[in-house]
Amino acid sequence: MIAFLLKRTANAAFVMLAVALLAFVIFRFFGDPVEMMVNEQATQADRMELRERLGLNDSFVTQYTRFVSNAAQGNFGISYRNQQDVMVLIKERFPATFELVLVATVISLVVGIPAGVITAVYRESRLANMLQLGSIVGVSLPSFVVGILLILAFSVSLGWLPAFGRGETMDIGWWSTGLLTPSGRAALVLPAISLSTFQVTLVMRLVRAEMLETLRADYVKFARARGVPARRVHWRHALRNCLMPVITLTGMQIGNLIAFALVTETVFQWPGMGMLFIQAVTFVDIPVMAAYLMIVSFIFVALNTCVDITYAWVDPRLRDDTARAGGRNG
Amino acid sequence: MSDIVLDVKNLRVEFPTRKGVLTAVNDISLQIRRGEILGMVGESGAGKSMTGMAILGLLEPPGRIAAGSIHLSGDRIDDLDDRAMQPVRGQRIGAIFQDPLTSLNPLFRVGDQLVETICLHTNLTKTQARERAKDLMREVGIPAVEERIDSYPHQFSGGMRQRIVIALALCAEPELIVADEPTTALDVSIQAQITALLKRLCRERGTAVMLVTHDMGVIAETADRVAVMYAGRLVEVGTVDEIVRRPKHPYTTGLMGSIPSLRKDVEELQMIPGSMPRLNDIPDGCAFNPRCTQAGARCRRDVPSIGAGPTGVACWLAQEGACA
Ligand SMILES: Nc1ncnc2c1ncn2[C@@H]1O[C@H](COP(=O)(O)OP(=O)(O)O)[C@@H](O)[C@H]1O
Ligand code: SF4
Ligand SMILES: [Mg+2]
Repeated sequence: MIAFLLKRTANAAFVMLAVALLAFVIFRFFGDPVEMMVNEQATQADRMELRERLGLNDSFVTQYTRFVSNAAQGNFGISYRNQQDVMVLIKERFPATFELVLVATVISLVVGIPAGVITAVYRESRLANMLQLGSIVGVSLPSFVVGILLILAFSVSLGWLPAFGRGETMDIGWWSTGLLTPSGRAALVLPAISLSTFQVTLVMRLVRAEMLETLRADYVKFARARGVPARRVHWRHALRNCLMPVITLTGMQIGNLIAFALVTETVFQWPGMGMLFIQAVTFVDIPVMAAYLMIVSFIFVALNTCVDITYAWVDPRLRDDTARAGGRNG
Repeated sequence: MSDIVLDVKNLRVEFPTRKGVLTAVNDISLQIRRGEILGMVGESGAGKSMTGMAILGLLEPPGRIAAGSIHLSGDRIDDLDDRAMQPVRGQRIGAIFQDPLTSLNPLFRVGDQLVETICLHTNLTKTQARERAKDLMREVGIPAVEERIDSYPHQFSGGMRQRIVIALALCAEPELIVADEPTTALDVSIQAQITALLKRLCRERGTAVMLVTHDMGVIAETADRVAVMYAGRLVEVGTVDEIVRRPKHPYTTGLMGSIPSLRKDVEELQMIPGSMPRLNDIPDGCAFNPRCTQAGARCRRDVPSIGAGPTGVACWLAQEGACA
C-alpha cells in the first residue's frame, strides 16, 4: 500500500511539473511582461533594469525552476490589472467556487445514486420512467439555460431565492464561507442546482448502467438464493459493487465542475475563481491566468490521485496485488 | 407423514419470447427423500438449472412456472410470492452454484457474508453468529479459521471458495440443497474432494440434495438416484446402479458411454453424434429421435411418457420392446 501511495504521488508530481511548464511558457512568452508593467515614458534603461530585476535575462531552466518553486509556495506574482498579489486574489475567490462545487457534487450524488438504482431495479415503474425522461432533459439543456430558467422561476416569479451574489459570508481564518448564514445558504441553492443538473444525470445514468450489469452477476443471484431480501441485495450488495465507477466519475468531474463553474458563476454573478478568470482574460492579466491554470490543474491531479487511492481502499482486490498463498490447493 | 422433502409434480417452465413460448422444462415430476441425493444429468441446455431455479423461486422474468406444483416437506412453495419465498430460500433450501469465483460478493469479507446469512435465518446475535460461522468454516475444512474469517473472497482459492459457498448453503441447516454443477468450474484435482465433502455433510444432517451436473463420474460416486434430462423433459429415472449399469434409454446409454472410468476397455470416448435440439426446434414425437440409432416410425409421431413411478423411462423401445 505504501509503495502504491508513493508511486501515485510521484506520478502526480510529474504531471504537475508538465503543467507548470505549460503555464510558464504561456506566462513568459505571451506578450512581454515588462511591456505590460512599465508605463509609456519608461526609458530603455528602465526596462533593462526591470528585466534584470525580474530575472528575465536568466536562462530558461533557471527561470522555470524559479517559477515552479514560487508556484509551489503559492507565489504567482502580481496581477497586472490591479497590482495585487495573485494569491491574495485567488484566496478571496476560491472559497466561493469550492463551496459551489462541493454542494453541486453532494446534490449529484444524493439525487443521482438513488435515481440510478430505482431506474435500474424498478425498470417498468412510472417513477423510473419519469426519472429517465428527466435525465434526458437534464443532459440536453445547457447549464446556462437551466440557470436562467431557475432564476426566472424561483427568483423572478416566486421570489423565493436570490438570483445573484453569495449573500452574507462569514470569515473563518482566510476562508469566507456562505454555508453558515441563512442568506449565504439561500444564495447557494440555485447556482448549485444549476451546476449539478448535468452531473445528476451523469451519475444516474452511470449508476443505472452499472446496476443493470451488476444485477446479472452470480453473487447477486446467490445472495438472493441464500435468502437476503431483495431490497438489501439491491441497495447493499449490488450498489456497493457499482460505487467504484461513481467514485471515479465524481472525482474526475469535480475538476470539470470547477471549470464549468465559469458559466454558472457568470450567470449568477457568483464571486468565484471563474469570474476572476473571465476578468483576467479580458485584461490579459497573465499572472492571474497562469495561477488559475496551475490551481485548477492541481485540483484535477490531486483528485485523480485521491480517486486512485480510494479505489484501492474500496476494492480489496486492488489493495494486495500479491495473492495470498493460503489454501491454493483447495 | 412420509419423509419426502421435495415433491415436484408436472413442472413446466416457460419463457414467452417474441418468437413464441419456449418450454425450458416440460412436465417434470420428481421426488427427493430425506438424506437422499438425486443426481440430475443431461447435456448443457437440457433444463437442469431452470428446474433448480424454479424450485428456488428465482426464475428470471419473463421465465415463469406455467404448470405443475412444488412442495417442500408438504408445503406448497411454487405459488409463493417473492416476499413469502425469501424466508424459504437460505433457511429451508440451500443453494450452491456452479462458479464459486463469482458466487461470493467480492467486496464483503467471507465472515460478513456468513454472519449476514446466519442472522437472516436464526435468532442468534452477531457475536453468536460469528462463532457459528467459524464452526461452519471449520466443518467445511477451511484451515486457520480465526484469520481467514476476515479475508475477502479473492484471497481464497477456487476450492476454498466453494467450501465457503457450501458453508453458506448450510447456515440454517436447510431441508434441501440445490447444488447446480458445484464442481464444474473447479480444478479436476479438487472436484472429488468437494463432492465428497458435500456428500458427507448432507449425509450427516439428513439433507436432501438435488445435485445437478453433466459429469456422470460425479453422479456414479455421489448420487443415490439419477434423473436424466433431455430437451426439457425427464427421459429416465432410476437408482444410480440401474442408470449406470443397466441404462434403458438410448440417450442414457450414450451418456454412459462417455464416462472414461466406466468403460476402461474403450480407447476413445463414445460421444452421441449430433446435438440436442434448440427449444424452438424440438422434433415431433421423442425429442431424441433424430440422434437415436433405434428410432422407428412411432418415435417420430408420439411423445413417450415416463410415468409417475420412482423409476421410469420415456422410450417406446424400452417400454414396449418395439417402436416401429
Ligand atoms: N432467458 C431465457 N430466455 C429463453 N430461453 C432461456 C432463457 N434462459 C435459459 N433459456 C433456455 O432454457 C434452456 C434450459 O437451460 P438450463 O436450465 O440453463 O440448462 P442446463 O441443463 O444446462 O442447466 C436452455 O435451452 C436455454 O437456452
Ligand atoms: S423413443 Fe424411439 S427415438 Fe426415442 S429414445 Fe426410444 S427408441 Fe430412441
Ligand atoms: Mg446449468
